[in-house]
Amino acid sequence: MADIIRQPLEQIHGFSRRCLFRVISMGSLPIHMAFIMDGNRRYAKKRGLEDGSGHKAGFSALMSMLQYCYELGIKYVTIYAFSIDNFRRKPEEVQSLMDLMLEKIKSLLDKESIVHGYGIRVYFIGNLALLSDQVRAAAEEVMEATAKNNRVVLLVCVAYNSTDEIVQAVKKSCVNKLVKHSEGRDRDIERIQLVDIEENMQMSVAPDPDILIRSSGETRLSNFLLWQTGNSQLFSPDALWPEIGRRHLVWAILNFQRSHSYLEKKKKQL
Amino acid sequence: MLSLVSIFLTCLALILIPCLFIFRRPSFPLFLKKIIIFINTTASQYNDEEERYGTIGEKGKRGRMPKHVGIILDGNRRWANKRGLRVSEGHEAGARTVLEHAMDCFAMGINTLSLFAFSTENWGRPDGEVNFLMAMFEKNFKSEMAYFDRYKVKISVIGKRTNMPQSLLGLIHEVEEATKNYKEKHLIMALDYSGRFDILQACKSLAEKTKNGLIQVEDINESMIDKELMTSCSEYPNPDLLIRTSGEQRISNFFLWQSAYTELYFSNVLWPDFGEAEYLKALTWYQQRQRRFGRRV
Repeated sequence: MADIIRQPLEQIHGFSRRCLFRVISMGSLPIHMAFIMDGNRRYAKKRGLEDGSGHKAGFSALMSMLQYCYELGIKYVTIYAFSIDNFRRKPEEVQSLMDLMLEKIKSLLDKESIVHGYGIRVYFIGNLALLSDQVRAAAEEVMEATAKNNRVVLLVCVAYNSTDEIVQAVKKSCVNKLVKHSEGRDRDIERIQLVDIEENMQMSVAPDPDILIRSSGETRLSNFLLWQTGNSQLFSPDALWPEIGRRHLVWAILNFQRSHSYLEKKKKQL
Repeated sequence: MLSLVSIFLTCLALILIPCLFIFRRPSFPLFLKKIIIFINTTASQYNDEEERYGTIGEKGKRGRMPKHVGIILDGNRRWANKRGLRVSEGHEAGARTVLEHAMDCFAMGINTLSLFAFSTENWGRPDGEVNFLMAMFEKNFKSEMAYFDRYKVKISVIGKRTNMPQSLLGLIHEVEEATKNYKEKHLIMALDYSGRFDILQACKSLAEKTKNGLIQVEDINESMIDKELMTSCSEYPNPDLLIRTSGEQRISNFFLWQSAYTELYFSNVLWPDFGEAEYLKALTWYQQRQRRFGRRV
């Protein structure tokens, strides 16, 4: 198509998208959205591409999703990048994923990256000790570099399992209570409260997710945010992750808005 | 070209969005829904004509069956409102559905059936409704105890139990004692249950053990927590399939830890209407799932 026609079309495209987002934001918006990015390998197979390119396509889909979320004004976005179970995949695949992650984590530090464009604070959640030194160092560098940003938050779950997170939180609560008990400050170990476990969870830096979207049509949590998604809306579009678009996000938010007022009423009753 | 289509669709969405808020659910016209259900049931009957002469168990046992099925019984009040009945009648219809279909589930080869009957958050409902529900649980435990004993179904009740009336607690203890030795069929009723509370009480129990020197903090791992959760009374503590009726797509603080790898099935049918056809649909859906647990197939 000629460039003369393409540019104004792109502008109208962006304008209509912003209009749509304005309309959606008339209703209540979720504060925290979580994504399980499933279907990259199936996408590569479908298109007859080589194995690693599914994940690259998935990364660009992720960038557009983040852009839409932050344009809408959603403050917290969590993504399930790599699970502890995924370490059991073939070593070549794990290695290529780690390389891709290292490349992309480093690119977040660039001046032109989305991090600086939207003022994103990045957290890496998970058992970082399981990662290679390079990836862990890069992740810690990004966390430090973005620590002062406060407009929006991106939580990347890497080497993460919800059961592992809960075990670590339980261990920390036990240790804290034992210390207080032995110092005589806390007589009753029975008084471990819900807040004790919650404040020791790595995900306590963000509120509970309002919507959890899992692409590729599978309806399971796969050990992701089990504690936090007790009252989240679950949404499983059939599209594979690289195929996910604006319309899935808008549909998820509309469905959220339809049950939101009822849920708020129930919460007030408690 | 793609941009033009995209712009057109965006404008269409802008016009159609208000319509979504006028109708609470996106529903086909009712007659179309009924035709689809009829076609599905007829198709399944046509396929299994020979096996229909046996029990439904025969059809189910063909494919891979879940060992533990969890159900969130949602939709009793909406069912009653739709028919102009009282909320209590909706709950009674829901209880009847439980009793009618529990044995069908076991006949299909399912070992453990968990039902989310009453959540900790439900105490916030109007007092009249809560009292009615407690009375209904008492009545049903009393009347069905002999039935479950005869069919050798082990009954377990999991939950907090702090706010329940004494008479109900006594009955629960009686039923659990009477059926505790049965093995093949297990019905777990979650009354005053909350997934977070379950994990919290496991944590407290582990803290107590650490304080008494029975275990070290460093040894705490996932299987230790598994053993402390209330579902450790079952041979299969983690559900393979979790069904939620009435169209809501949430877990609502039911099994949180236990549903790490559970297939979640959301049905638009309200609980009192959830019957044999819907069960078969859910089980067929389950059999088509590719469960990878994070690895490659």
